[in-house]
Amino acid sequence: MSDELKQRKQTAVYVYEAPLRLWHWVTVFSIVTLCVTGYFIGSPLPSQPGEAIDNYLMGYIRFAHFTAGYILAIGFIGRIYWAFVGNSHARELFLPPFFSRKWWKEIGHELRWYLFLEKTPRKYIGHNPLAQLAMFFFFVLGNTFMILTGFALYGEGLGAGSWADQWFGWIIPMMGQSQDVHTWHHLGMWYLITFVMIHVYVAIREDIMSRQSLISTMVGGWRMFKDDRPD
Amino acid sequence: MPQLETFYEVMRRQGITRRSFLKYCSLTAAALGLGPTYAPQIAHAMETKQRTPVLWLHGLECTCCSESFIRSAHPLVKDVVLSMISLDYDDTLMASAGHQAEAILEETIQKYKGEYILAVEGNPPLNEDGMFCIVGGKPFLDQLKHAAKDAKAVIAWGSCASWGCVQAARPNPTQAVPIHKVITDKPIIKVPGCPPIAEVMTGVITYMLTFGKLPELDRQGRPKMFYGQRIHDKCYRRPHFDAGQFVEEWDDEGARKGYCLYKVGCKGPTTYNACSTVRWNEGVSFPIQAGHGCIGCSEDGFWDKGSFYERLSNIPQFGIEKNADEIGTAVAGAVGTAIAAHAAVSAVKRATAKGDQE
Ligand code: HEM
Ligand code: HEM
Ligand code: SF4
Ligand code: SF4
Repeated sequence: MSDELKQRKQTAVYVYEAPLRLWHWVTVFSIVTLCVTGYFIGSPLPSQPGEAIDNYLMGYIRFAHFTAGYILAIGFIGRIYWAFVGNSHARELFLPPFFSRKWWKEIGHELRWYLFLEKTPRKYIGHNPLAQLAMFFFFVLGNTFMILTGFALYGEGLGAGSWADQWFGWIIPMMGQSQDVHTWHHLGMWYLITFVMIHVYVAIREDIMSRQSLISTMVGGWRMFKDDRPD
Repeated sequence: MPQLETFYEVMRRQGITRRSFLKYCSLTAAALGLGPTYAPQIAHAMETKQRTPVLWLHGLECTCCSESFIRSAHPLVKDVVLSMISLDYDDTLMASAGHQAEAILEETIQKYKGEYILAVEGNPPLNEDGMFCIVGGKPFLDQLKHAAKDAKAVIAWGSCASWGCVQAARPNPTQAVPIHKVITDKPIIKVPGCPPIAEVMTGVITYMLTFGKLPELDRQGRPKMFYGQRIHDKCYRRPHFDAGQFVEEWDDEGARKGYCLYKVGCKGPTTYNACSTVRWNEGVSFPIQAGHGCIGCSEDGFWDKGSFYERLSNIPQFGIEKNADEIGTAVAGAVGTAIAAHAAVSAVKRATAKGDQE
């Protein structure tokens, strides 16, 4: 390898607009909070010493869970709104092109790239097709499920006839009974954790190994391409 | 419809004094959560209204609902309601038996078409054309359909009639089903519990008899006045739950101090019933007060949800029965290992490929 510096031209495209980026990080914050507090709702910490009147630990944990739940849900509604008014990349999350042969072929290419069978990945301005697929199934569906079941459980606490009971209470008999909703809501947490683990790993890996920027794109909005070769 | 006595007349005939009658009315008003102003209204209704005939059928069951019912806290409540009912048909409580009893059933159905209330304890098994439960020489399934046809309303006593309960638990060899699978054209009031609380049962029936209408029901057909809240919402150990003070083992300090039973599998947070307010055996106690978690006996399919000492259901779809956290940690662990391995291979690949970078 020669010592001289190679000239490299970097192209940059503005991809993720500010509201979308803000939403991403607010969602990260609320999901992390929800997972931690949710876990401790399911498996509470060791008993607190002293009298009950001096402690409110479960109360605070549950309060944090519900507050983060509200933020997640309101944010998600905002994100759906942004899919209508934002740029075309704002729609990718919700509308994977399931009927496009080309898209499926590119998923195959991306899979081979992760199996070390392709030397180079393709470049994408928005999400790569595999990411889009995973985000739809793991995140959009998983998140919707968690919000629906979460507010159904929340309605039980608010009481029969409360707004949450009226809007989401029908979910409980549909899934069997309250205990089943708890079980599936709990399992749903692991579904989302699986997504987040893979998602974060891949974001860091691709940031280093692919031909384009990732993390800085979700922070600043600009996609940087590291080379000029086509596609 | 032939002339019937009023409730009041029935009671007086049973030797109940007017004073006791009025006491009963205020008690009922309180039990129904109606407030003291309703007592005179109940009294008035009882004095002027003809009593409603009630038929009480028994299908596949253990009679725990009847056992509970006849132990109602206020002896009066039991006497009164019982005298109103056993006048017609209840094969375990009525005086007559055999053909005579079956004849009464038929007579009531014919005489009070569309007027009587059908109360069902237990449920019909459907397998082998209903041969697993025979009443008076015929499948209970047929008797149930026959009696339901002309009923004004149907009460499903207990978890059996409401959800299926133990006889419908996996693998359910007799194919026992809750009664709403068989009776589809009548309003059904579910009064679940294994058994339901006596005061809840008498309360529901008194409400229907006095006001001549169904109590307000929730989405699943349970009376809101008794099933509107979870055990957890009114549990006296709730302050310990909110404080984060739990029984960890059955014989620990927390158990002695009466801490919350959540960690030893209390189903109070997922169970709709009146135990934590009405309590059992004349209001003496209820399971949680005795130091054992709620097992969710008034909830759909409570036999099939796994251990009574786990709050969450087992998930049999994953081969061996597992709970959500076991599945979750296994998957997350596998994914974590895969990520680590993938990252390692990626790093090696990248190091060896460094040379061809632009
Ligand atoms: C709870 C954790 C997280 C969740 C639920 C989550 C969810 C998402 C979702 C739904 C998108 C798609 C955005 C859209 O199309 O609107 C996305 C994109 C992205 N996320 Fe996350 N994320 C999480 C954590 C992280 C973390 C910790 C990082 C940084 C290391 C990260 C980096 C990215 C990047 C770089 C993208 C853009 C991918 C691309 O350009 O194709 N995420 N994330
Ligand atoms: C990423 C999203 C979420 C995760 C990972 C999550 C996780 C959890 C977990 C693990 C539990 C314990 C379940 C159990 O063992 O019984 C739980 C309970 C609960 N969650 Fe969530 N949750 C999420 C979203 C929500 C949302 C949006 C709401 C709506 C406000 C919500 C409301 C509740 C309620 C009411 C409970 C029951 C609390 C209790 O029983 O005291 N959750 N959650
Ligand atoms: S003992 Fe059961 S019902 Fe009572 S507060 Fe604890 S979990 Fe809830
Ligand atoms: S405390 Fe729970 S298990 Fe016990 S009788 Fe009440 S509802 Fe049934």
